[in-house]
Amino acid sequence: MATYDWIFDGLGLRQWCDGDGSGGSAPMSMADLMNQTGNAPERTIWDTPFPSMDALNDACASFPQSRELTRGLERGFLDIKDALSYVLDPLTQPLSWALQNALWLFQETPWWIMIPVLALVVLAISKSWKLVAFVAGSFAALAFIDYYDYAMQTLAIIFVCAVICVALGVPIGIAMSRSDRFQGGMIPVLDMLQTLPPFVYLIPLIFLFSVTEPKLYGIAIILYAIVPVIRLTNLGIRLVDKEVIEAADAFGMTKRQKLYGVQIPLALPNIMAGVNQTIMMSLAMVVIASLVSAPGLGVLVLRGIRNLELGVGLISGLGIVLLAVILDRSTKAALARVNAAQKH
Amino acid sequence: MADPKISIRNLYKIFGDDPQAALTHAKAGMHKDELLEAHRHVLGLRDINVDMQAGEITVVMGLSGSGKSTLIRHLNRLIEPTDGEVVIAGENIMDYSDAQLRALRRKQMSMVFQKFALLPHRTVLENAATPMIVDGEKRSAWEAEATKWLDRVGLQGQGPQYPHQLSGGMQQRVGIARALTSNSDIMLMDEAFSALDPLIRTDMQDLLLELQRELQKTVVFITHDLDEALKLADHLVILKDGEVVQQGEPQHILMHPNDPYIVDFISDINRARVLRARTVMRETTEDPGGLAGAVDENATLEDVIAKADGDTNLSFRVLRDDTMAGILSMTDVVKALVPTDAAEDGMRKAS
Ligand SMILES: Nc1ncnc2c1ncn2[C@@H]1O[C@H](COP(=O)(O)OP(=O)(O)OP(=O)(O)O)[C@@H](O)[C@H]1O
Ligand SMILES: [Mg+2]
Repeated sequence: MATYDWIFDGLGLRQWCDGDGSGGSAPMSMADLMNQTGNAPERTIWDTPFPSMDALNDACASFPQSRELTRGLERGFLDIKDALSYVLDPLTQPLSWALQNALWLFQETPWWIMIPVLALVVLAISKSWKLVAFVAGSFAALAFIDYYDYAMQTLAIIFVCAVICVALGVPIGIAMSRSDRFQGGMIPVLDMLQTLPPFVYLIPLIFLFSVTEPKLYGIAIILYAIVPVIRLTNLGIRLVDKEVIEAADAFGMTKRQKLYGVQIPLALPNIMAGVNQTIMMSLAMVVIASLVSAPGLGVLVLRGIRNLELGVGLISGLGIVLLAVILDRSTKAALARVNAAQKH
Repeated sequence: MADPKISIRNLYKIFGDDPQAALTHAKAGMHKDELLEAHRHVLGLRDINVDMQAGEITVVMGLSGSGKSTLIRHLNRLIEPTDGEVVIAGENIMDYSDAQLRALRRKQMSMVFQKFALLPHRTVLENAATPMIVDGEKRSAWEAEATKWLDRVGLQGQGPQYPHQLSGGMQQRVGIARALTSNSDIMLMDEAFSALDPLIRTDMQDLLLELQRELQKTVVFITHDLDEALKLADHLVILKDGEVVQQGEPQHILMHPNDPYIVDFISDINRARVLRARTVMRETTEDPGGLAGAVDENATLEDVIAKADGDTNLSFRVLRDDTMAGILSMTDVVKALVPTDAAEDGMRKAS
């Protein structure tokens, strides 16, 4: 005798409940198991169960249990999986290709070319010799303790993912700034991408792509890291001084002239802040992505956890911090230069 | 009179969700307060009719919220009207396509803004050259033209600077140079000098008058400052709650205000400094004899009083282009200085 029998009796559904005899074959819920051991205790008002799917299933065998919900979802996903990968696979193939090539390039370039090139890049974007010295020193230190290859792999992945985030995120942000309706539709999506624990979107991705393909972790990183650059591009363009936009219109600029000549340049500090955050978030995700075969320092962190190799875990963690500091300082220095150039 | 350069006809602007519905109420005679109260729509402009002559400075004056900015933005369609026409050089610009409108904004009109609205990431020279750059001209062409106008407004050698390196007054000079570089006939100025401190402001007004003598543009100037309006205006339009309360020659409005709102407005000003001999004189070409001397018709009463050295018994001959146009007695001068007198006189005429 279950608590909610009266609902089905009252609705005259008793026959449907017992009808197809599925009650017997339905898997037992935890409560059922508990009840089987010993006599069912007297029910008082205090332990009336919430009318949940499992509680209703007790009363009516035809009513689905909650595990059937998750299983239904799984089945539904598996059903569309083939069609989805048929579309997504070729679309995302360039990502695999870009990641493989970047990894190859960053690893095959000898260290005595790579480190100076990185130093030059930092010099070009930051114009700060102090930062250049710090970057060169950090890479030399990583190389000295034989972590150079791992650091390069991580850097290559971040490089590809950050470039793609900017290439997709800036246009999406611009589109959002132009249409309130598009913005309204996008904001919940961005909120969701930002709050979903990163492990959650690894799950469907694992079903869709084979774990050996680089695009699997590439997509995971991009989905996670693209949000700030979209948000800040949108915000930056919306915040451009209204009177300056009016002036642009008053002098007869076309939409295009206004976008490239006024809106993007004036939104640049915000866009750069978004790029900075995007890079930092890809770095965070690249560690998690090692779970699905992303190479780099994250692999060492995982090894540290799995084999309880404390030293390896700590040192590779420190390496990640070092990379984070380098990337953060370089992008912030570039941001500061943009800001200085257009004080109001 | 020649055809006006700009002609605003029956212009209405209503802000809100359903301006067309509110328009019928406004046309039926509702004013700003009633429309807001009864229908939750803001009346921006109501039945505006103004003609602006080529080569003149038309000043639109009114308190904050009276619709000045809304009005001037209709002239280049930065704001779309709810109803009515704006005719520029004989063409109704409401019929213009996007391309025609862009051409109008590039070739025929330029605008100067209250907060300068310069591009912070471009140099002063590039800012001044904006209209020509937008129009796709070559660097050599715009560099020469922009430099010429920067020099003209007193910014020699500042071209390579960035706007934030200049003071407010200098930034607005860049704003004016930018407007001049477009070589357009019409210049729209929305409170162009309001953000500047008083001394710089006077300088800028003098600069504008000087440029105007030379270039003879059709200037539409917005201000909430009566002294500025009287100094610059050839034609003065006074706006209140989105409606024109009076328009005409500034001296005439001073002597014959037709609304308590305007009486209030003009009660504080130094009349001796703004009223001119021609406004107060009695027109005649006969010399009655016994005149103390001659003054120009555009002399202010302040000048005349100084010339008479305070003696109220004198009379002067008033000259227009060196020939006699009238007689100005010091008694009339003193009478004209009393604002209430003028106000009552005006009120009597209005009713
Ligand atoms: N986009 C808008 N939406 C709603 N109401 C508006 C809008 N723009 C202007 N208004 C209203 O129209 C009226 C006129 O505004 P406008 O900016 O033209 O005044 P103004 O005379 O230029 O004032 P100020 O001296 O403060 O610049 C005001 O009551 C204002 O609240
Ligand atoms: Mg205004």
